[in-house]
Amino acid sequence: MSASDLRSTPLEQVHERLGATFTDFAGWRMPVRYGSDLAEHAAVRTSAGLFDLSHMGEIHVRGPQAGELLDHALAGKLSSMSVGRAKYSLLLAEDGGVIDDLITYRLAEDHFLTVPNASNAAADLAALQERAAGFDAEVRDASLETALIAVQGPASEEILVAALLGADGGTEGFTAEDLAALRYYRALAGTYRGEELLVARTGYTGEDGFELYVPNELAEQLWDQLTAAGGDRLTPCGLACRDTLRLEAGMPLYGHELSLDLDPRQANLGPVVALRSKEDFVGRAAYEAADPSVLPVLVGLAGEGRRAGRAEAAVRTPEGEAIGRVTSGALSPTLGHPIALALVRPDLAAVGTPLVIDVRGKDLPVAVVELPFYSRA
Amino acid sequence: MSDEIRYSKDHEWVRIDADGHAVIGVTDFAAGQLGDVVYVDLPAVGDELTAGTEMGEIESTKSVSDLFSPIDGTVLEQNQEVVDAPELVNSSPFEKGWLLKASFEELPEDLLSADEYRELTQS
Repeated sequence: MSASDLRSTPLEQVHERLGATFTDFAGWRMPVRYGSDLAEHAAVRTSAGLFDLSHMGEIHVRGPQAGELLDHALAGKLSSMSVGRAKYSLLLAEDGGVIDDLITYRLAEDHFLTVPNASNAAADLAALQERAAGFDAEVRDASLETALIAVQGPASEEILVAALLGADGGTEGFTAEDLAALRYYRALAGTYRGEELLVARTGYTGEDGFELYVPNELAEQLWDQLTAAGGDRLTPCGLACRDTLRLEAGMPLYGHELSLDLDPRQANLGPVVALRSKEDFVGRAAYEAADPSVLPVLVGLAGEGRRAGRAEAAVRTPEGEAIGRVTSGALSPTLGHPIALALVRPDLAAVGTPLVIDVRGKDLPVAVVELPFYSRA
Repeated sequence: MSDEIRYSKDHEWVRIDADGHAVIGVTDFAAGQLGDVVYVDLPAVGDELTAGTEMGEIESTKSVSDLFSPIDGTVLEQNQEVVDAPELVNSSPFEKGWLLKASFEELPEDLLSADEYRELTQS
């Protein structure tokens, strides 16, 4: 794909001015880092980071049967979720594989917003539209008109309140008390300069934080407002540190820990699939028929030193038997040692099991550890 | 010529020090592309280097890249400082972040001048 085929977010000019290094991510030209990705990672852990996530999809589902449609289309039960809440769910294929993992917000009784990964947004839209047949609900893709800005880290709340509710904050429908009281996986809707703004307390970093959904044309103004309010406490962050942050937090990344070829139970996401609280849904029959007990299971691995086992590296027993593969791995910036998520043979998944990662021909001794690798105090 | 830095197409640089040895490192362009360097794996003292072939690895938080020798020669010294503090590759790629010293007989003819290298990285 040539550069001209790449989509750019409404914040591209901002990233250019900040001197970002760009990468092609799922067909989007995205900032991978502005300066040092280790410094950006540390900023999110200790203060706050500002992310442009406008490549993520936004699909609205509206209508009297919007909840029923999502119960049928997704693996979770969405119809019983109250307004203002968010839920992590999976979009399964008929054969039980995972098309995508996504977060869905209930904005009103008859209005949901679901947020796919950029790489899967088109597949999700197609699946939702197909699965909408027979339901009194409309599926509308707003991905290309909606920007998503995240503020993540322990200083997020203070910065967000200062930015949105300070002098010329431009918002209506929010109070400092509401924002402070907003709990994890909850969202508040209001307006910003007359347009809809959704403030969600969600994220993908393992820290407290917020995700802000706003129309493209207001993205730069909102970004600048957050930057001004955050000052030295808020660091623009690229996708490189987003990946190391989510990995430390033990969160799956589609294409690595989740895919069409993996059963959700392998990634320990069985509880996300609502078998008891609802009736049939797409993928249920295959999911129930499958026996995941013999399949490789996702574990955390940790070792010493500075070398990391990367995705696709082989995992072996200390005796040399091949028993799995790394799905994501990095030298953990926060912990200072290598960490990895890996799919391993289920009888070797117990915490404490000694294993070896083949790091390009050299053995890295590791042990199975509890997930997440990092959790905030 | 002796204090002039030459570049390989693989983004390594070479300069000749006062003892007539080759000092080898990676360029600021390469360091910028890699992101924060967290690990370098260098050839041992005494190892033979062949221009254009793999001599080690450099890892950033996000990726692993092979290091290619820009010259034919023999490793005389590793920069222990950069082994202990790989971030020197980012903070000081041409000075404190040098990787190796090596003996050599002659430099390959296809090494690039600063202008030629700039052209390569801007295209």
